[in-house]
Amino acid sequence: MFYREAGQFKSTYESDMAVFPIRQDLIGVLAIIAVAYVLIPMTGKFFIGTVMIPFLVFVMASIGLNILTGYTGLLSLGTGAFMGVGAYACYKLTTIFPGVNILIWIVVSGFFSAAIGVLFGLPSLRIKGFYLAVATLAAQFFLQWCFVRIPWLFNYNASGAIEVPARMVLDIPVTGPNATELTRYYVLLTMVVFFTWIASNLVRGRYGRQWMAIRDMDIAAELMGIRPLQAKLLSFAVSSFYCGVAGAMMMFLWYGGGEASDAFNINLSFNILFMVIIGGLGSMIGCFFGAAMLHLVPIFLKFGLPAIGFPIGGATAEHLTHLIIGVLIIFFLIVEPHGLARLWATGKQKLRMWPFPY
Amino acid sequence: MLYNVFIDPFLQMVQAPDLLVQTLWEGLVAGVLYALIALGFVLIFKASGVFNFAQGIMVVFAALTLVGLYEKGVPALLALILTIGVMYVLAWSTERFVLRPLVNQPDIILFMATFGLTYVLIGLGEFIFGGNTKTMITEQLFLPKGAIDVQMLGGRVTFQKLDIAAAVIAGAMVAGLAAFFQYTRIGRALRAVADSHKAALSVGISLNQIWVIVWFTAGIVALVTGIMWGARSDVSFGLQIIALKALPVLILGGFTSVPGAIVGGLIIGIGEKLGEFYWGPLVGGGIESWLAFLIALAFLLFRPQGLFGDKIIERI
Repeated sequence: MFYREAGQFKSTYESDMAVFPIRQDLIGVLAIIAVAYVLIPMTGKFFIGTVMIPFLVFVMASIGLNILTGYTGLLSLGTGAFMGVGAYACYKLTTIFPGVNILIWIVVSGFFSAAIGVLFGLPSLRIKGFYLAVATLAAQFFLQWCFVRIPWLFNYNASGAIEVPARMVLDIPVTGPNATELTRYYVLLTMVVFFTWIASNLVRGRYGRQWMAIRDMDIAAELMGIRPLQAKLLSFAVSSFYCGVAGAMMMFLWYGGGEASDAFNINLSFNILFMVIIGGLGSMIGCFFGAAMLHLVPIFLKFGLPAIGFPIGGATAEHLTHLIIGVLIIFFLIVEPHGLARLWATGKQKLRMWPFPY
Repeated sequence: MLYNVFIDPFLQMVQAPDLLVQTLWEGLVAGVLYALIALGFVLIFKASGVFNFAQGIMVVFAALTLVGLYEKGVPALLALILTIGVMYVLAWSTERFVLRPLVNQPDIILFMATFGLTYVLIGLGEFIFGGNTKTMITEQLFLPKGAIDVQMLGGRVTFQKLDIAAAVIAGAMVAGLAAFFQYTRIGRALRAVADSHKAALSVGISLNQIWVIVWFTAGIVALVTGIMWGARSDVSFGLQIIALKALPVLILGGFTSVPGAIVGGLIIGIGEKLGEFYWGPLVGGGIESWLAFLIALAFLLFRPQGLFGDKIIERI
């Protein structure tokens, strides 16, 4: 009734190819962004610190992996390591050049990650499917080993951990112990909104179409004149760039230092992959859904259940979390194998017809 | 530098042949155990096309069930039988509640579903038996203990009796499985399903039944692997990491080949131990975690389908 395109006439190609061809979509997205900027900061430290900041970091990483796995069809299990490359690159850069704005380094560290990603993406030209997934595991384990064994990366710290230095932007502390949750949240939110915008335009454009052609059938794509070398490596580069930025964000804006070599382990890679698949392969909004679901469910089980009167101990809660996440993954795959994004699309379609479905 | 990489390790090998034999033996045993896990993967992949990530946790779950039941006062052999029963229930419920609703979905979705299964098994195992580390009941299952020292090649080489038993049992199991596939009615049906689902269905083979059998077989393989690994270290959830170790074995041997899993396991096991022992110190040790993947990757660049995998033919 209120969500339909009737009466919205397109008179130019530009308006027909817009990101949100239906006006209500545009309004909805703007409303969500407004809520994220205005209402959510009012919810308090706890909510922002434990829910929103990790959620945004995971969204960033999921977008990265979705470009590779969802749009190009190359399965990767090395996400955690590529994130680690970003974090370490950012750390090295900001300790070598402390005067430069930290936000610039967070973005630049993505390029280092992209370079490593291209290197480990080379085998994708020859092998595919699960064989490639195992090949990217090589990247995961090798890079993780580097993080521990090469002391230059963590500036020869005795602890072997990244110690995030305090950095100011416009006299406001953004990283380090003095940075408030709110500042870090705003920085993260702005970056994630910006990069989501870039990515959603990228996948709609020429490169995105090349990637999707490769995903659907790479031999046919090659016959049509798409060069698999460039397309696949570009996909690896963009994907690793996003993951690298997400890793730098994770270390600098969320963790604020700590055992980096532990943080970027294989479980992180798997988690991001879950988010992408549960959210929906080849869908930008799916990244948000997937990250929200897999990040929020454990938090809900941990804090929400005791609050509404299910007193469960810490260890039991953890066991239950595993069990419930497992069941949820299987359940959602059975109900909608194309992910939450497909459910969302179905819902929107229903809403368009509502209340007269014929 | 070049000397250290290309000459020195081989000199060491020649100078101390007893150490070389010891390293080779350890690699062999590790390889046999990797091969066992890879075998579980291959069985399921061949018959149902599912890349079963849960194989590693099935190993842990089987071992945990066995030890957990024993700790609750069940005699060892009865616990063993009960565990086999549990693996059957697991296979049946996996087929009924996970695979059957997801039939005909893309590979990646099924792969993802086995991830879900992994989480369920972790949760269940922790919930029922607790998350703490347990010791495998070796004596009660009549597994030998101790070691044999052999004087050879101017030194002494130690063979753990348990390792010998592991190698023998693994060998027997592989032979048994091969015979099962080759000579029984069910084995023939399994091979038919592996060849083509549709053709198998059209001659009246029940896919669902076959899947239960295959997952059950993989569960038994997991149980044996669990007992062996559990006896060598402890029974804990950390063990599931070894499932990741089996992945390079798989891509080396090819996802669809049983002999490939065995040969791949041996190559990876021996290569890993030799690399760690002779080349590891050059870069500070710990290379065991990724060396196997690099070996497998190098092989893959020349044979994308693995050593013995079916040739991948692509058509438009």
